[in-house]
Order: sequence, then structure tokens, then C-alpha cells
Amino acid sequence: MATIAEPAARTASRFRFILDRREVLGSIFVAPAILYVLLLVGVPFLLAVYYSVSAYTIYDPSWRFVGLTNFRQILQNPVFLETLENTFLFTFASQLLGLILGKFGALLLLRPFPGRKIVRALIILPWAVPIALASVAWEWMFDSLYSVINWTMITLGIIDRSEAPNWLGNPHLAMLCVIVVNAWRFFPFAIVIFLAGITSVPQDIIDAATVDGAGFWRRNYQIILPMIFPIVAVGLIFGIVFTFTDLSIVFLLTNGGPINATSVLGFQGFQVGILSGDVSHGAAISLFMLPVLLLMVVGMLRFIRRREI
Amino acid sequence: MAAVLAQNIVKRFENVLAVNGITLAVPDGEFVVLLGPSGCGKTTFLRIICGLERQTSGNLIIAGDIVNDVPPRARGVAMMFQSYGLYPHYTVRNNIAFPLRTQRVGRAVIESKVDWASRLLGIEHLLDRRPRQLSGGERQRVALARALVREPTALLLDEPLSNLDAKLRASARQDIKQFQRRVGVTTIYVTHDQVEAMGMGDRIAVIDRGKIRQVGTPAEIYDEPADRFVATFVGTPPMNLLTHNGAHLGFRPENFLPKEMIRGGDFSEFSFRVDRSEYLGSERIVYGAIEGFDSSQPITAKLPAHGAEQTLRPGEWHPFAVRNKDLRYFDQDGKRTDRH
Amino acid sequence: MQRIIASTLREVSFYGAVAFFVVLTAFPFYWMLITSLKSNPDLYNVTNIPFWFNEAPTLEHFRYLFEDTLFARWLLNSLVIGVCVVAITLVTALPAGYSLARMTGRSGEALGIGVFLTYLVPPTLLFLPLSRIVASLGLQNSMWSLVLVYPTFTIPFCTWLLMGFFKSFPREIEEAAIVDGCSLFGAFIKMVIPLSLPAILTTVIFTFTLTLQEFVYALTFISSSAQKPVTLGVATDLVRGDIFFWGEIMAGALIASIPVAIAYNFFLDRFISGITGGAVK
Ligand SMILES: Nc1ncnc2c1ncn2[C@@H]1O[C@H](COP(=O)(O)OP(=O)(O)OP(=O)(O)O)[C@@H](O)[C@H]1O
Ligand SMILES: [Mg+2]
Repeated sequence: MATIAEPAARTASRFRFILDRREVLGSIFVAPAILYVLLLVGVPFLLAVYYSVSAYTIYDPSWRFVGLTNFRQILQNPVFLETLENTFLFTFASQLLGLILGKFGALLLLRPFPGRKIVRALIILPWAVPIALASVAWEWMFDSLYSVINWTMITLGIIDRSEAPNWLGNPHLAMLCVIVVNAWRFFPFAIVIFLAGITSVPQDIIDAATVDGAGFWRRNYQIILPMIFPIVAVGLIFGIVFTFTDLSIVFLLTNGGPINATSVLGFQGFQVGILSGDVSHGAAISLFMLPVLLLMVVGMLRFIRRREI
Repeated sequence: MAAVLAQNIVKRFENVLAVNGITLAVPDGEFVVLLGPSGCGKTTFLRIICGLERQTSGNLIIAGDIVNDVPPRARGVAMMFQSYGLYPHYTVRNNIAFPLRTQRVGRAVIESKVDWASRLLGIEHLLDRRPRQLSGGERQRVALARALVREPTALLLDEPLSNLDAKLRASARQDIKQFQRRVGVTTIYVTHDQVEAMGMGDRIAVIDRGKIRQVGTPAEIYDEPADRFVATFVGTPPMNLLTHNGAHLGFRPENFLPKEMIRGGDFSEFSFRVDRSEYLGSERIVYGAIEGFDSSQPITAKLPAHGAEQTLRPGEWHPFAVRNKDLRYFDQDGKRTDRH
Repeated sequence: MQRIIASTLREVSFYGAVAFFVVLTAFPFYWMLITSLKSNPDLYNVTNIPFWFNEAPTLEHFRYLFEDTLFARWLLNSLVIGVCVVAITLVTALPAGYSLARMTGRSGEALGIGVFLTYLVPPTLLFLPLSRIVASLGLQNSMWSLVLVYPTFTIPFCTWLLMGFFKSFPREIEEAAIVDGCSLFGAFIKMVIPLSLPAILTTVIFTFTLTLQEFVYALTFISSSAQKPVTLGVATDLVRGDIFFWGEIMAGALIASIPVAIAYNFFLDRFISGITGGAVK
């Protein structure tokens, strides 16, 4: 059957077609992105770790190794401990508030009604607009003298002008403010995630559940919620990571004050490492974010894989 | 000379052995059909020939050159995809011209060849449309024109008719065969539809689980199946198989007739119990069982639709017979043997 | 009758809830708008009703913003930064996304997830070493430092976005092109890129908005006014001594917010499917 046992000639050397090999061209295609990320995320990360165990400052850029001294000093600082506590409170409270508002808002937007498109567009705003700009607007709304919130409450007779709250000047109120602003910033994202999840549940599954006698709440909590859980989890992980490590809201609204009442990890790291130039201590402070980040990464890995089913 | 010669091609995906040692020579100008059940590795084999996959082992020789490591663009083969793979952002004209452009053919030549191919397929009036403005049948013709336009060493078609409705499919079958004859291009055609295979192929290669079971003309495949798989895969209803002492005896339903219809020649007689019968207009299929033989499938007989057989009632036993020359024997492993 | 009352009540509470959400989200932006158009005497008088104009509206704040501050310069900076980052991101993420989706097989999936996870590495973890790196490159206090650093988060994000898109892109078209005589690279240029223009547009828009939204790196690297991007400039530079220029600040915030808000609303759905990793079709 085989008429030609020996072929007449080889057409070409392997190298002429080297770029036609999928693996070769594929590697060349990913290389720039990977290199960029390695050089400007991987290297700085290792650098951060090294700074945290060195005595490096802007004024004395020495690479002297000091072991865990920096961490020990930081942990003995009451301001830092307060910061750590604030960070968790800030993250937890604002995410919880954001999720509740998000779920509620998503339920509202699920139902068609005239003007839904416009309402959706308006509700997205806090998440779309640069948070630094929105924070400035909130700062103005929380102004000690011209606060529109206070004006409204006074006019409605809820409070007296003399006892008008100084939102950003009172430690507890300031914390409340940064939490509310952060929740305000994230809940539209939660709405969008919930909506995306719910609309991705095939209608026939919901119909089947209805036919099987599942009521509204059962459908919601036993069918829909478990199905959209991976998506919601991914969204929540984003929210936690970006809140836990944020500094812009605190920086712009309260500048960490009053008296460190709203200082969070990112802000402290900035304060110490950039403003005071104590790079090694700043890096050590930032590295305290790492355990939570790692936990989030592990969570992300699980849910991102699950989506493929 | 063989236009395409495959020598012991093996393709392994992580844990699937998709092609398990296929050797096949396709002479110049021949129309070969690869026929096999779903998942038997037909597409994979085709993709290896055109270079979209690299075989795990084995040699592939196209027009005398070993092309194992040659990328698709340098192989000179054309392929028509199942859903055609037309370029949505190009007009029909540019779709057809594309394979010529990549070969840096001169503009005048491109024009005349596009002209030739579109006239051949009767799609001159569609040249300025885009693929999404075409019907399924028109798309198929454009894809065929694009494949033919550069006069490839071999034309590969992967189930090209599966996206068409039944009526269109019959006429498209005609067309493809006709264009192939006229252009004389070596063609490898993949299908799991045996009607297509029997009607179009100069030769058919029957594939099962990554291996070729038999290569032959449609008549050879049908009349002289090399093994039980081929015997039961080709033909509707498939060949009847009777198990006897571990070996098998086979005969086609149309050769299984009431004894009185057989005149002359040696024949073997069976007692056939009729279970039910199906009237198909041009013929009648009778299902039943044969006394003294086990069979995993019901035994079928294909009879003329009208005639004395109308008296075959369910539950009755009738004497049926097969001419001895129509009997086929298979050994324990399913291979054809001459004698029982 | 009772039925009608009940259903009316339900409608009222539904629209009430919708109104609550709209006020909650949109009021700060209304506040920006009204503040930016009010004259100063109106603005700083606590006895006035703050929700509406008590004196004639004025464009004075906008005029001041453009003529007496560096606002126009900041806008230009943001534009330059955005365009450069978009260019860098496209050139790297487009082939990377394609490669991870199509060319690198199993390891590509893992690598893709790895790249995506770097998107979770926050600026506040990297800003110290990066500020040192930027300084040693002589880019301190220059907007080019942002052009260098912003791709660290836009590349992972866009690679992921594009990878998801390319996976849903029909293979047959590129394969047809490859068999028809294109090299792999040729098929990428001639088929994949033209046919992914919608995805590329999404990538461009989101890269741009991500650069506009970024604050931490800008704050860390840049202190000279003329080099600031618009977000940083508006938020930190419109304060003289201890006096805030609220009218100007709100006018600037408004101008910088509008394009981002519009972009988000147009591309929201694609963004969501990107961020949830294609879990939503
Ligand atoms: N890229 C791949 N990775 C892993 N397994 C594959 C791949 N492509 C094909 N296979 C497997 O190889 C086997 C043969 O597949 P192939 O597509 O060649 O079958 P086929 O004969 O064309 O079937 P059909 O008639 O359904 O098109 C199948 O079991 C399939 O699952
Ligand atoms: Mg197939």
C-alpha cells in the first residue's frame, strides 16, 4: 500500500518554522506581560519584605539586616494596635453594610419598572466615579460648619444648632463616616454582582423549583443563593481586598484622625514609610496585610476554579 | 503517487488515545471517505493531515515530502470546516481570495481565479456580500470555493453537510462530488453518515476507536466487510449476526428471504419467528428471531413492500433462507474467515 | 378594596425604596453640581436653603478652575497617562490574553489565574519599594512614574478580561486562516484582532478609567502640582493654606467624574463578566 517508503526530500529545517509552533509563539506572546508583572510586582514585593527586616530609611538607605526588630517595635506601639483594630472594623462593617444594601438594591432592580435603566445608571455612580473625588464631596457634606446633613437635621428639628455633630471631628463619628462612605462606594458593586448572578441562574431551574412548591424565600435562599455563591464570593473578595488595603477614603476624609481614631493599615504605612521616610517600618506595617490577603487569594482560587463547571 | 500518505499515525491527548496507528495512502485525484462513529478520531486525523495538530508519532507525507513539522501554511492542503469558518469581516470575494493573498499571488491572477471558483460554484452574484448575509447552503458553497481556489494538493472536508437540512444535504452531496470530479482534486471527506460515504467515496476507510478497520470501495465495504464492526456499522438495518460456538455467521437483511422467493443455487434454511414489521413505503422491514441461535440484536429481513409477505403475521414461524454465497463468517475475534 | 389598598401600598413602598437608593447614590453628585454653580456668598451662608440657588447661579468656579489653577494641566496629564498606559496595556495584554487562552494549554490556565491574582496585590503593599524604584529611575515627582507603574494592575486585569473573551471566540476562523496560509502570528493580526474590536474597546475604556480612579500611587509618587493627574490634583491641590475652595473642588470633581460615569454605564456588563471571570455570560 505504501508506495513511497522513503520520502523524496525534507521540505525545510525545523527552525524555519519555529514561530509556527504554538508553544514557542505562545511563550513569546505572554512573555512581556509576565515580565512586566514580575519586574514591577514581584520584585517590589520581595523588596518590601526585605525592607521590613532592614534598617532602611530615606535618609539612611542602608541595607543593614535587623531581623524582626521592626515588627517587634511596631507591635509594641499602641497606635499600631489601634490601627489594626480599626482596619478590621472598617473592613468588616463596611462590607457588611455594603452587602446588605447590595442585596436589597438588587432585589429592587430585578423587577422591571419604567426608568429602570436610568435608576441603574444612577445607582452605579458611587462605584464608577473615582473614590478620591467622591470622598471630597463627602468631606464637603460632612463639613463642620456647612454640612448639608446637619442643616437638614436642624431644619427638621431633630437636633439643635448648638449640638450639631462635628462628623469628622469626633472619633466615633469619624469612624462611622469612613465606614459609611466606603459602604456607599461598594454597595453598587454588590448590586451589580448580585444582579449578574441572579440573571445567570437559568429561568427553568427557578421554574422547576416553583413547580416543586418552593416559595419566594425558599427559592431565594435554597436555590438562587447557593447557585450564585461563587460569583458573590468573588465580588466579596474584591471588596475585602480593596477595603482592607485602602487609604484614600481615610486620607481624604479624616487624615487618620482625630487622634488616630480612623487610622488604617494602608494609611499608617503611608504615614510612616512615605511621609516620615521610615521605609523599613512602613514596609513592616504594610506587610501586616499579608495574612488577610493570602486568605483572600486562597478563597479566590477556589471560587475562580469553581466557575468553570 | 500518493498525494497523502499517512504512516502509523498516533495521536494521544493527555489520557485519550484519539488516533491509534492509522496508515492510509490516498492516490492523486481520489475521493476517500473516512467513516466512523462519533468520537472515533476522524476529526483528529484530519487535523493532523492539515497540520492543526501534531501527531504523537508516525509520519505524514504530502506530495512526497515529510511534513511532520511543517506548519499548515506550507503544506498546500485546504480544509473545509464543519461550520465553514468563513471570515465574518471579509466579503465573499475577499474570503475566496484570502488563500491566494497569503501565497502572495499577483492581483490579476487572484481576480481570475476568484472568478473561476465562484463561477464553478455558481456564487458570482454573492461576491460582495458578507458571510452573515448568506444562507446555510450559500455559505457552504463559499467555503468550498475558498478551499478549491488555490488548487490544493488535497482537500479536507470535515462533515461539511451536517449543518444543512436534509433536502439541501442531498443536493449538496451531488454538487461536492461533481466539483471534485471536475477539478480532480484529491479529497479526504469525513462523515459519520454511511449514506454520504457510500454515495460519494471512491474508497471508504472505516474507522473505529482510532484504528482503520477496512479500506475499500463502497461495494467491497458493503459486500465483503473485513470484520464484525464494519459489517454492523455499514448498512441499515445492519448485517444480521448469529452467534454459534463463539463464532459468527452474518448475512444482510435484503438477502434474508422467505424460502419460496429463493430460486436456484445453494441456500441455508432458518426457521424465523416474526415479531413485528415496519412498512417503509418502498420496502418492509421484518423483525424477529431465529430458532436455535442467540443474537444480541433482533434479526431483520428487508422485503419488497408489496407481495405475498403481507401474510407474515407476528408470532408466526416461517421458513426463511439465505443463499450460501451471501453468508459471511467471522471468527471469535470478529475477523472475517472464509469458512465456518 | 382591601386588595387595592394593599397593592397600592406595595407599589408605594417599592418606589419609596427605589427613591431611597437613588438619593443615597446620586445625592453627593447632585451636591457637587449645585455647589459648583453657586456663588460663594450663597455657599457660605448657613441660613440659606442649601439644596437650591438662593442667588443667581454662576460659572465663576469653573472659570477660576480653568484660568487660575492647574486644572487644565491636570486633565492633560491624566489624558497623557491614560493614553500611554492604554498603549502599554494593549501591547502586552492582548497577546498575553490570546496566548493564555489558546496557545499554552493547561499551563496557560494556571498562569492566567496567577496573573489575575496579582491584580489582588494592593498598592499599599507595593508603594514603598515602588517609590524607591521610581526614585532610582529618576522619575520621582513625574507623571511618567505613573505610566510605568499603572500597567502593574491594568495588565493583569486586562489579560484576564481578554483571556475570557478569546476563549469564547470561535476557533474555526483562526484555524481556517492558518490552513489557508497564514502563520500563527498572521492569523492573530488578520483575524483575531479585527474580530475582537469590541473586546479591545472594552479593554481600552476600562484601562483608561482604572488610571483615572487610581489615587494611592499618584499620591505617593507625585508632589509637584504640575505633574499631578486630575484626581489627585482636585483632591489635594485646591486647598490654600487651610481654606478649601469648595466651589472649585466640586466643579473639578464633577468634570473628572462625568467621563468615567458614562464609560461605566456603557460597558458595565462586559466589566462584570470580566471581573467574575466569565462566570456570567
Ligand atoms: N483537544 C483535545 N483534547 C483532548 N481530547 C480530545 C481533543 N480533541 C479530541 N479529543 C478526543 O479524541 C477523541 C476523538 O475525537 P474526534 O473529534 O477526532 O472524533 P470524531 O471522530 O471527529 O467525532 P465526531 O464524529 O463526533 O466529530 C474523542 O474521544 C475526543 O474526546
Ligand atoms: Mg469530528
